Amino acid sequence: MSAAPLHLAGERLMLDPSGALFWPARRLLAVADLHLEKGSHFAARGGRFVPPYDTRETLARLAPLLRRYRPARLVALGDSFHDAEGHARLAPADAALLRRLLEGVEVVWVLGNHDPAAPGDLPGRAAAEWQEGPVAFRHIGGGATPEVSGHFHPRATAPTRCGGVTRPCFVADARRVLLPAFGAYAGGLDVGDPAIAALFPRGARLFLLGRERLYSLPAPAPRRAAAGATGTAPR
Amino acid sequence: MGTLPEPFAGWFAARGWTPRPHQLALLAAAEAGESALLVAPTGGGKTLAGFLPSLIDLHRAPRPGLHTLYVSPLKALAVDIARNLTAPVAGMGLPVRIETRTGDTPPNRRARQRADPPHLLLTTPESLTLLLTLPEARALFGGLAAVAVDEVHALAGTKRGDQLALCLSRLGTLAPQARRIGLSATVAHPEPLRAFLSPTGRAAEVRLIEARGGAAPEISLLLPEGELPWGGHMGLASAPEIYRRIRAARVTIVFVNTRAQAELIFQALWRLNDETLPIALHHGSLTVEQRRKVEAAMAAGKLRAVVATSSLDLGIDWGAVDQVIQVGAPKGVARLLQRVGRANHRMEEPSRAVLVPASRFEVIECVAALRAIAAGELDGDPPRPGGLDVLAQHVLAMACHGPFHPDELYAEVTRAAPYAGLSRRDFDDVLRFVEDGGYALRAYERFRRLFRDAEGRIHLRSQRAARQLRMNLGTIVEAPVLKVRLRGGPVLGEVEEWFVSTLSPGDGFLFAGQALRFEGLEGLTCLVSRGAGGEPRVPVYAGARMPLSTRLAARVREIIHDPRRWRALPAAVREWLALQRRCSALPEPDGLLVETFPRGGRWFLVAYCFEGRLAHQTLGMLLTRRMERMGYGPLGYLATDYVLAAWSAFEPEAVEALFEEDLLGEDLEEWMAESSMLRRTFRNIATIAGLIDKRHPGAERSGRQMSMSADLIYDVLRRHEPDHVLLRATRQEAAAGLTDVARIARLLARARGRIRHLRLDRVSPLAVPALIEHGQEWVAGGAEDALLAEAAALVAEATEGAELFAGTLAAVTGRVRLRPGVVDRPRRPRAEQAGGARLLRPAPRRIGRS
Repeated sequence: MSAAPLHLAGERLMLDPSGALFWPARRLLAVADLHLEKGSHFAARGGRFVPPYDTRETLARLAPLLRRYRPARLVALGDSFHDAEGHARLAPADAALLRRLLEGVEVVWVLGNHDPAAPGDLPGRAAAEWQEGPVAFRHIGGGATPEVSGHFHPRATAPTRCGGVTRPCFVADARRVLLPAFGAYAGGLDVGDPAIAALFPRGARLFLLGRERLYSLPAPAPRRAAAGATGTAPR
Repeated sequence: MGTLPEPFAGWFAARGWTPRPHQLALLAAAEAGESALLVAPTGGGKTLAGFLPSLIDLHRAPRPGLHTLYVSPLKALAVDIARNLTAPVAGMGLPVRIETRTGDTPPNRRARQRADPPHLLLTTPESLTLLLTLPEARALFGGLAAVAVDEVHALAGTKRGDQLALCLSRLGTLAPQARRIGLSATVAHPEPLRAFLSPTGRAAEVRLIEARGGAAPEISLLLPEGELPWGGHMGLASAPEIYRRIRAARVTIVFVNTRAQAELIFQALWRLNDETLPIALHHGSLTVEQRRKVEAAMAAGKLRAVVATSSLDLGIDWGAVDQVIQVGAPKGVARLLQRVGRANHRMEEPSRAVLVPASRFEVIECVAALRAIAAGELDGDPPRPGGLDVLAQHVLAMACHGPFHPDELYAEVTRAAPYAGLSRRDFDDVLRFVEDGGYALRAYERFRRLFRDAEGRIHLRSQRAARQLRMNLGTIVEAPVLKVRLRGGPVLGEVEEWFVSTLSPGDGFLFAGQALRFEGLEGLTCLVSRGAGGEPRVPVYAGARMPLSTRLAARVREIIHDPRRWRALPAAVREWLALQRRCSALPEPDGLLVETFPRGGRWFLVAYCFEGRLAHQTLGMLLTRRMERMGYGPLGYLATDYVLAAWSAFEPEAVEALFEEDLLGEDLEEWMAESSMLRRTFRNIATIAGLIDKRHPGAERSGRQMSMSADLIYDVLRRHEPDHVLLRATRQEAAAGLTDVARIARLLARARGRIRHLRLDRVSPLAVPALIEHGQEWVAGGAEDALLAEAAALVAEATEGAELFAGTLAAVTGRVRLRPGVVDRPRRPRAEQAGGARLLRPAPRRIGRS
């Protein structure tokens, strides 16, 4: 797995093919939209018993990142739990695993629309947004200053000679980086959707997640996209 | 005049009718209290035969309460039959009330039916399931004397059939005295149908009554006057001849194989229709009202022709049809005969039908089908075990009715033939799945839907589960669709969502017999206006593929292998085969011809095995696995009855090595688990079993989200609990679409040393039909990443490492067009239908010139 460098506000950030962002100078690791306990949310609210292994799966993806990058700070960019009570439904084994993973790491739980309050007594602090040097870390992007955000679960389809290939992706321009969702049950939204395109009025670069690396492709400016694509698709 | 009592004998006589032997035989079976299966060709008076014993019984001993339950696969059929029965019942003054109950029955009538049931109730499997969930089901059905299942051949062996079999078994518990009657079109194997009807699951308990076949059908072949097309299934070149035939006959049904084809043929006929003959269109995506209108016009004799898909395959009797035209290859002998039987609904006269092959290959298929009919050969699939997903739905339905003991329900379920071999372990796992998901990690115990009392009986915990069941009941999982609405006008019908996602505002497409212009999306509605410039596209429905029968392959192979048999073929087809011999080679009986050629940025490999679709499907899995190992980057494959076609990112060079026998040693499990076939199967199973919600029109949750989360759920479940009952069900169901590897081994052993590999620079004449066939399967190997790397490198090269957001980039990457809408699957080629469909099956654009 090799990460790709990206420059934002004069800082060198690394985009990891797992969908996480690492800032070496600050030893900061950021992940977006974990949606932990989405499975149990369905069971508790909807009476749909989807497999209760999504939290375990998401933590299993997080563990090697924490081992490799050994961050001093982990910023979870909001929607870390699928709902406000999610943290209380953590299975004892999953809660123990999460605490073990977070040992020795300063955790910032940026609040999201799904989890507008701090996750109970889990280690770390909750914040509406987090400013680290020149870069703001928030759930929903759109600020005037350099920022890293989540919320939209971006994914894109790249044309190849054998047809399109769809992957979750980072979306970046000179001012902001949008992270793909990290959670096992998190779906996706196409980067051509106006909600995402509006954040990148002058076009953007996409970094599609691959098995071992990222694949970098340009995204056209929204006006072009609107002319060629179908406009708003139902989600 | 047989043994009909009055007033029945008199009623028959007044019409100059004589009871048919099979009608009397069914009556005798009923009087002996025996269940029976009546197998008769279309037009044999089956339906009347099925009701006659009940009417006679009610005449002799009038009584209140439900006497006979009739189950039909189609709502329209139930309604139609209720109408047809009303006349004789009224004519004879019988004390019999007849009503229907379907999804369309208004709530007040439903409530009345529960309080005061009719004597004869006509319904569908889904509505029957709902009736059985009612607390008063026992009182409602307790006095039942007979259950009739119409078109049983169309239900048995499907998931709807599984559902109905479970319902029949429950009826057996509620009303053990009720005899069963099955009505079936001519089938190759009546034994599984007898077992399906049997109260014990054993065929011997159901008497078999076979009506003698009527006159042999007269089927002719119709070729276009001009050049016979190379490929394609649409048959548009024959439109002038079809129109002439319509003009020469009184009433014609033009059967086609797909809804897209129906739209195109309909357009082509109207373009020729200078006399404005009343020609209508009928297919499953049109609105119900639209279909009803066409059916009513047909019944009233107001139409000269209707262009129809399988939506008209079953039942409804129009009597007056005097010609059936089948456009495109019939794909199965039994289906062809059933369609042909729609003409001249009287057994004594031969049915007249015309076969219109759409391409050269289809000519061979049609000739093979005619030979098979002449030889009295029918096709059909062997029975398969009932689905565990359907069982899960049934278990919840039974809990909604009232508490049950698991031992008793298990015994009841295993009396249904599809579940006769159900293990107690599978049953218990399904029960636990319904209870709390049945996961080894008992995370959801406190959210359980069921609870057990001290005697071990199982109760429903809250009515929420019952509401959910009613919302999600049924076993048909449709591809997500969008409504098509004229701006400021009515809804015209539905098209699949992925098709809409490939449209840009202003694009034209054909639908509901009109050329429409796509305006845009409004919520879940596709807004259109009338009239489209340019060459309109045609919606293709991935969801409604016509399955191929597997029996014609051998006859097709015989014809191709042996030039002496070509004499039976038209000159154009002979030329086509001769061209194949020049451009490539003809497949030979004792060898295996394999062609490779580049096309559309990919490499294709076509193997002419002629082993039938199931064997080719399995071989496709094996072969693509080997291609992945050898670094060819396989992307997908397609299995037809005749050939296996696989495509890859890189050229498959060592073809002989690909077909070596030790192919069978490859670890296939992981490979198959990643395939589109397994994912699709899981998605359906998870929906039917109630793991994810079925999609409802207008609901906020769209089908895209459903399919996406089904994929994510599948990945997580596979990794953490590979033996979960839904994964076992998925593997079991997928296995039914494959063949045993032993047969593949024999094929490979036979081919060893006799593989003839031809590297061509383009597609060969014989390969064309395979490349435009439906049913592509995708595989998930490393090819995607290789292709992404290529694309990324190309862009980097073109921009020479220029600054990322330089203006020049936009020009270079103008083709990097992002498409909102077709994006829903991680780690696989974009939208398995859309991408592949566009490449392999371009929507015909030149309909005007054909």
